[in-house]
Amino acid sequence: MPSGVLVFGEAVEGGGELAPVTGELLGAAKSLGGPVTCVLLGAGVEDLAKECGAFGADKVIVVDDEVLKDYQGDAYVHVGERICKEADPSVVLFGQTAIGRDMAPRLAARMGTAVAMDCVELSLDGEKLQASRSCYGGSARARYTINGMPQMATLRAKVFDPPERDDSRQAEVAKQPADVSADVIRTRIVSRRKEEVEGVRLEDAPVVVSGGRGLGGPEGFQPLEELAEILGGAVGATRAVCDMGWYPVAAQVGLTGKVVTPDLYIAVGISGASQHMAGISQVKNIVAINKDSDANIFQAARFGVVGDWKEVVPAFMEKVRELKAE
Amino acid sequence: MPHIVCCVKQVPDPEAPASQFKVDEAAKKVLPIPGIQPVPSQFDTIGVEAALRVKDKVADTTITILSLGPDAYRDTIKHCLAMGADEGVHINDPALNEADHWATAEILAAAIKKIGPVDLIICGRQAVDWDMGVVGSTLAELMGFPVITIVKEVQMEGGKVTAERVLLDGFETVEAPTPCVVTVSNELGEPRYPQLRQIMQAARKEVVTMTGSDLGIDGAKNRINLEALFVPETAVDTEFIEADSAKEAGEQLAVRLREVKLI
Ligand SMILES: Cc1cc2nc3c(=O)[nH]c(=O)nc-3n(C[C@H](O)[C@H](O)[C@H](O)COP(=O)(O)OP(=O)(O)OC[C@H]3O[C@@H](n4cnc5c(N)ncnc54)[C@H](O)[C@@H]3O)c2cc1C
Ligand SMILES: Nc1ncnc2c1ncn2[C@@H]1O[C@H](COP(=O)(O)O)[C@@H](O)[C@H]1O
Repeated sequence: MPSGVLVFGEAVEGGGELAPVTGELLGAAKSLGGPVTCVLLGAGVEDLAKECGAFGADKVIVVDDEVLKDYQGDAYVHVGERICKEADPSVVLFGQTAIGRDMAPRLAARMGTAVAMDCVELSLDGEKLQASRSCYGGSARARYTINGMPQMATLRAKVFDPPERDDSRQAEVAKQPADVSADVIRTRIVSRRKEEVEGVRLEDAPVVVSGGRGLGGPEGFQPLEELAEILGGAVGATRAVCDMGWYPVAAQVGLTGKVVTPDLYIAVGISGASQHMAGISQVKNIVAINKDSDANIFQAARFGVVGDWKEVVPAFMEKVRELKAE
Repeated sequence: MPHIVCCVKQVPDPEAPASQFKVDEAAKKVLPIPGIQPVPSQFDTIGVEAALRVKDKVADTTITILSLGPDAYRDTIKHCLAMGADEGVHINDPALNEADHWATAEILAAAIKKIGPVDLIICGRQAVDWDMGVVGSTLAELMGFPVITIVKEVQMEGGKVTAERVLLDGFETVEAPTPCVVTVSNELGEPRYPQLRQIMQAARKEVVTMTGSDLGIDGAKNRINLEALFVPETAVDTEFIEADSAKEAGEQLAVRLREVKLI
């Protein structure tokens, strides 16, 4: 009988630190009940096993090997499949991250089961995992059950709460070799380049100032950058402006971009398409500045200003500066 | 002669006004919006664009459009042919209409095996109805092919595919031997729009139809069950900042945000 929850944790790039998604995964796994095993794949990740225990894992399986240093799907899926088969869990969870969105469907295929992608709610009904996710670009919500075992899901970032960290908790740690032979690896990573973001990281920013097509051109982002700096925040963007090359893709917020959870999200010249809103569904304080009072963004905004951003934003920024200086 | 298969799906228009989006909760179905036609799934026409860019360089490339769905999908296949694809294959069988993503991948894999040797299979990163994003990778696993997911550029040359993946904080160039699968993202660029002449040519082109029995498949083996479908409640009470001028509204917004300690 398959039992327990297996979670594929992640370290931040370069190792050394658990990625926040790992805590969220462990929190979600704990809430389902039953023993929780956390898998850590990578190079230099062994020391992070303790931390997984502190976040509630009962057992940690560590595969620490140079061959797993960068995410390479063939190698990761190979190791993941072996662990999954040995552990025989009833539920397997991933983050909807660059790794999870690539690895989970492939692992599901190899296990002969299904995976519900980008879930925002999970529960167990007896043995049956109930996995809810948004679909139709965020317009609808669907709940699924999975026929096969293990029942797999990837979780949207920042939706599930990590458990309180408790360093007195100790997990059983099992080390495994990678055992990835050369013939397993078919794709080759030729090069990687990071899109450098200056200042506060979008995902961690307490304030996000986002711009859309209503800015009228790439130069519209200058005042937004200035505003973000005053507020100690980061700049986001809609897909429309990223597609037009007005702003880097790494700043895209939404369904196919990033999920952000700042305390304050200021949307400037953004219509509020469901696909954009999918990236800010957890944000409580949305401020919308839009010249169209019927814009969809106002459906979700706590504060709204109907007007031309070119007039609203400079006055707003001036006043913010003044208030901050007090 | 290089052969590319592009898997395309038809979907309700995702750009339709959000206010008109409605579901039938009992039937667990999205209701069609009167007067708004379904469209080719956005990432799938981007996939066709990726294939056409390969063909622009290697002219003897053949591009086959493959689609599983009811009669109306013909329009989507024709659109892709008008974009410049060479062949169309339509798996049209009422017994397969309810196929989930995994059954779909199995049916597409069976069709591709029947169509003949393929060098590259292109899928969208996700179909823009259910936004699941699993068929491309599942297809690769079923075919035993390597896969490169969520890419913004695809090149095929000398038995090798080179593609640039979109990561959350950057890009990664990956190589795979053919045959392989790639899934494409919008960063690849806009799909070309068919010219009138091409639309007329495509209208005359024959689309091969297949049924489950042609593929030795007698029904969809689904792995997931849709238990519920609904529109989540999102509306909040908006406090509009009213003022005599836009400038004043901007100032008052700052004051108000300070009052509630958000800045
Ligand atoms: C499958 C799929 C995935 C997608 N994923 C994403 C995603 O991840 N993220 C995303 O953002 N989008 C995504 N989109 C695109 C999304 O549907 C919208 O097209 C996009 O979000 C619109 O961007 P926008 O609000 O900048 O532009 P628009 O919709 O054009 O809105 C511009 C707004 O600016 C306002 N405006 C104009 N001038 C002014 C002015 N002077 N002052 C104030 N306001 C002004 C207008 O009233 C309007 O409301 C996706 C679409 C699809 C189909
Ligand atoms: N019925 C279908 N017919 C052809 N291709 C499909 C079909 N369903 C999905 N696909 C392909 O698989 C991709 C991912 O779909 P999905 O996993 O359902 O999000 C799509 O972008 C298409 O390229």
